[in-house]
Amino acid sequence: MTVDRRIRVYLLEAHYQFIDVLREPLFSIPVLAFPLVFYLFFGVILNFGGTSMPMQTYMLATYGVFGILGPALFNFGAGLATERDTGVLLLKQTTPMPVGAYFSAKITTALIFGATVVSALFLIAAYAADVALFRWQWFALVGVLLAGVVPFCTLGLAIGAWVKGRSAVAIVNLIFLPMSMLSGLWIPIYVFSDFMQNMALVLPAYHHAQLALKVIGMDSGQPILLHVIVLVGQTFIFLIVAALGFRRVGGFSIRKS
Amino acid sequence: MKNQVAKPDESVLARLSGVTHHYGSILALDELDLEVRQGEVLEVLGPNGAGKTTAINLLLGNLPVQQGSVSVFGQEPGAMQVRERRGAMLQVSGISGNLTVRENIELFSSYYPAPLAVAKLLSTAGLEELSERRFGKLSGGQKQRVMFALALAGDPELLFLDEPTTGLDVDARHRLWDEIRTLEVTVVLSTHNLAEVDALADHVIVIHHGQSIADGTPAEIKLHVAGRLVRCVTSTLPDEITQLPGVIQAKVRGRHLEVQTTLPEDLVRDLLARDEDLVDLTVEAVDLESAFLSLTKESP
Repeated sequence: MTVDRRIRVYLLEAHYQFIDVLREPLFSIPVLAFPLVFYLFFGVILNFGGTSMPMQTYMLATYGVFGILGPALFNFGAGLATERDTGVLLLKQTTPMPVGAYFSAKITTALIFGATVVSALFLIAAYAADVALFRWQWFALVGVLLAGVVPFCTLGLAIGAWVKGRSAVAIVNLIFLPMSMLSGLWIPIYVFSDFMQNMALVLPAYHHAQLALKVIGMDSGQPILLHVIVLVGQTFIFLIVAALGFRRVGGFSIRKS
Repeated sequence: MKNQVAKPDESVLARLSGVTHHYGSILALDELDLEVRQGEVLEVLGPNGAGKTTAINLLLGNLPVQQGSVSVFGQEPGAMQVRERRGAMLQVSGISGNLTVRENIELFSSYYPAPLAVAKLLSTAGLEELSERRFGKLSGGQKQRVMFALALAGDPELLFLDEPTTGLDVDARHRLWDEIRTLEVTVVLSTHNLAEVDALADHVIVIHHGQSIADGTPAEIKLHVAGRLVRCVTSTLPDEITQLPGVIQAKVRGRHLEVQTTLPEDLVRDLLARDEDLVDLTVEAVDLESAFLSLTKESP
C-alpha cells in the first residue's frame, strides 16, 4: 500500500467513524452533555466548596476526566463489540483495510469527542464560573486530560474484546458510572471514608484525576510517578486482556457460530 | 460422480485441498477438495449446516487452516495482495447504519488500490436513487444490494458471495441474479437454493456434512432432483423398472420402493399393472434434502 493511499484510508476511516457516532444520539448526547450539565450543576451552581477549596476549579479537572472517559469507553467497548457482532469488522477484515486504520479511527473519534467536552468545560469554567488559572495550567490540564484517552481506550478495547454487542452498553455503564463515582470524578475523593479512598487506588480514573488535579495543586498528595506507573501498567494489562479476548474468538473478529 | 476433469488450460484461482475443520468437537468440513477455475460461477450447494460458510471463510482467510491446504491466486488466502484482488459478500447483519449508502461505498472503495468509481458501483447495484439514504433505513433487499456493491468496490477478479439471496423476496432475488449475471468475474457463491444453481452456475459442488458429495455441471446435479418421487409398498423390485422410460433411479427404503422419474403417470400405470396388491402409493416432488440424501447414499 502506498503512503498516499494509506494516509487516505486512515483519514477516511476516522472521518466516517466519527460521523457514524456523531449521528448516534444515544451515544453523542450523553457523552457530550453529561459532563457539562454535571459540572454546571455541582461545580458552578451548587458550589459547596467555599472559598478555601474553590469547587469550580477542582471539578473542572475531575469532570474533564469524566468527559474523556465516556467516549473512550463507549466508542471502544460498546462500538467494537457491536461491530464484531454485526459482522462489519469481519467484512472489513476481508478487505485490504489496514487493521491500524480501524483502531486509530476509534482513538481519533474518542479524542475529538473528549477534546470537545474539555473545550466546552473550559469555556464554562473561564466565562461562567470565574475559574482563574495560569496560562501554563490551562495548557497542562488539556495535555493531561487528553492523554487519558490511552488507558481508557485500552480499557474499552479489553471490554469490547470479551463481551457481546447487546450486553456491551450495559457492561460499559456498569464500569463507567461506578468507576467515575468511586474515583472522585463527581464528588471530591476526600469526602469519602479512608477505606473508599484506598479502594480508589486500583481505579485508572482515580490516578488520571489525581494527575489532572496535580496541575492545579488540588490532588491528594501522592507522587506523580505513582500515578504514571499505575496507568502505564494498567494500559499493558488491558492490552493483554484484549489480546486474550481476541484469541479466544479465534482471531481479531471472527465469531464461532 | 466426480466427473469434472480439470483441463490443463484452465487456470485455478483458488483451491481447498483435503481441508478438515473442527469447531470444538463439531466437524464442519471433512477432507473437502474444491477448485475455483477462472471465469466460472462456482456454486457451493448444500443444506444449512453443511459447511458452506466455513469453506468460504477458509478461502477468505478468516479462519485458521487446521488441516489440509488453502490457496488463492497461489498465495495464502489472507495475504494483502490476495485481499486487493478479491471481493466478498458475507452473511453479516449490517454495516454502519448511520452512514449513507454513498458514504459506506466511498469508505470501502478507499481500501483498494484500483477501486471502481462510486457512481459506477451505485449504478451496477441499482442504488442511484438510494445513494443519500442511510444504510439503517433500507429494506433487506436494498441492504443486500449495498453489500453487493461493497464486494465489487475493489474491481475484483474473484468474488465470494456467501448466501447472497437468503432472506430476500422473489423480486429482490431475481434482481440480484441479474446483477451477478452481468459481471465478468470469477464467482464463488454458496446457496441452499437449487433455483439459484439454475439461474447462475457453471459448476456446482454439493456439500453435505462437510464432505463434497457431488461435483459437476448444473445439469448433472439437477438430474438428481428432476421429476417426481413415487413411493409405494409393492412386490416389484427396483431392477425390474430401472430401464423404463423416465426413470432416473429406483431403490428400496424400508418397506417402500422409491422411484425417481420424469414420467410419474406412466410409471404408476406400469406399477399397478405389475402388482395388484400395491398399497400406500404417494407421488411427490423431489426436494433438495432428499436429493442430498440419495447422493450421500451413493457416495462410497
